[in-house]
Amino acid sequence: MSDHNYTPSSKFGKWFNDRLPLLTLANHLTDYPTPKNLNYWWTFGGILTFCLITQIITGLVLAMHYIAHADLAFSSVEHIMRDVNYGWLIRYIHANGASMFFLAVYIHIFRSLFYGSYKAPREIIWILGIMIYLLMMAAAFMGYVLPWGQMSFWGATVITNLFSAIPLVGESITTWLWGGYSVDNPTLTRFFTLHYLIPFLILGLVVLHIWALHVPGNNNPVGIDIQKPSKDTVPFHPYIVIKDLFALLLFMIVFAFFVFYSPNILGHADNYIEANPLVTPAHIVPEWYLLPFYAILRSIPDKLLGVVAMLSAIFILAALPWLDTSKVRSAVFRPLYKQFYWILVIDVLILGYVGAMPAEGLYLLIARVATAYYFLHFLLILPILGKIEKTTPLPLSITSPVLGGSADLVMAKSIDVRKEKL
Amino acid sequence: MSDKEKPNRRDFIFTATAAVGAVGAGAAAWPLIDQMNPDASVKALASTEVDVSSLQPGQSITVLWRGKPVFIKRRTENEISEARNVKISDLKHPEKDEDRALNPEWLVMLGVCTHLGCVPLADKGEYGGWFCPCHGSHYDTAGRIRKGPAPTNLEIPKYEFVNSNTIKIG
Repeated sequence: MSDHNYTPSSKFGKWFNDRLPLLTLANHLTDYPTPKNLNYWWTFGGILTFCLITQIITGLVLAMHYIAHADLAFSSVEHIMRDVNYGWLIRYIHANGASMFFLAVYIHIFRSLFYGSYKAPREIIWILGIMIYLLMMAAAFMGYVLPWGQMSFWGATVITNLFSAIPLVGESITTWLWGGYSVDNPTLTRFFTLHYLIPFLILGLVVLHIWALHVPGNNNPVGIDIQKPSKDTVPFHPYIVIKDLFALLLFMIVFAFFVFYSPNILGHADNYIEANPLVTPAHIVPEWYLLPFYAILRSIPDKLLGVVAMLSAIFILAALPWLDTSKVRSAVFRPLYKQFYWILVIDVLILGYVGAMPAEGLYLLIARVATAYYFLHFLLILPILGKIEKTTPLPLSITSPVLGGSADLVMAKSIDVRKEKL
Repeated sequence: MSDKEKPNRRDFIFTATAAVGAVGAGAAAWPLIDQMNPDASVKALASTEVDVSSLQPGQSITVLWRGKPVFIKRRTENEISEARNVKISDLKHPEKDEDRALNPEWLVMLGVCTHLGCVPLADKGEYGGWFCPCHGSHYDTAGRIRKGPAPTNLEIPKYEFVNSNTIKIG
């Protein structure tokens, strides 16, 4: 990047920086050249950082009052809600914060899918992102178990039983995870420990994610490389910082709406009933952000294959940079991909919807069709599309669509350039 | 290492060191892994005795054993004949009713759906036995899986009649 020659202005700064180049790092982060055409879909990285820090701080505070024991967990959560000063606020921020975190991460992922941000040379950023997403799901699942309500208990039972589908060793693994013959106190204490640990693992991966991002730099809405840094980029600070802060402010309004006006709308009433191992709630549903995968699990009438399909649906994302064979990144210039992209968005929303419905009749049929389409999109449509699709001409540079005068001229030029390259 | 020569003494030391290190790391990791398995206090709660004298035909009770529900059902004549008249070849997990209920009137089994561990509801479902509300598994009057995602029949725990009124589970 552009900061090889940075020297701090103060004498102490220079002395310190020679020993630990923190100021060089800070300078790199402020001057980091960012494509000037980034739109608001690019503000979710910052929003996600905010979400992670919010969850860590509120979680730390909740852990000061929560008791990880099967007999006391439920009442200690009620104690937080009723007795602890501002406990209700902190817990509602933490509980809704998880939903906000997933809302932001889904927008972040689908932005990447639309603009082809996962393609070369950004595959490692993408894979780190998928790892973060996986850890987020683990953290969210374990966090949901801690209040020890009915949904906590039965959600934990269903998800840990997924491991019993593994041939031969499945039962032993499940017993090992539980520390007993069912979900019970040993399960609760270890879930609390891991729920505490995972956010810090995520934080470490976020550092790598950003590091990997700063090597090639940001992708952008037209998906072409930066030609001239002086023309195509702006420094991260103040331009992107201010834009990110404005977007964060809007996001916080949505966040605050949930926390203050409908703090329980995203949860389940059943979780205000203490865990009872003798009674399963009539309708076990995971949190909304896991519903599409839950629908895939239930759509397959075989235990092992259902689990395999659900896990594949997540891991297939990691292979995306190699499944999508198109060299053009942005969907703006891919007329066919753009349509399949929106079909995929609708498909995932349908999966989410049927995941919340009972697994029978028409819902089951819809879930099966939507599951089949989900895999079809990644395994068949994307590889073929890259080979047969006629993409529209790319602009010459990030700046040219804005300043290049006639669009036709720019496109004509770009066709010439591409012919020359061939 | 020098190119394509025979392994020398230094290679041997490298390999031996790595092997000893791997065994040592494994030995050190095992206590950390095994501590998560059921502990002595959990294992100690291995059996439970249940008084079933008050059950009338058609009634059932649910008791807790090792943190799991156990269904004890006193079956009616209809339910028994229904369970015994099924063609074994129609079953997903073929088991004779005679092998599941040692005393045909009494059915003792874990109330844990073999799909993902929910507690099935009694007297529901298409086969007059149990129905799991979580993912729609139907069990018959012998607790055998007939329809839905569950792979096997409801598990029969080890149990015995201590006397005509008492069942010991475990």
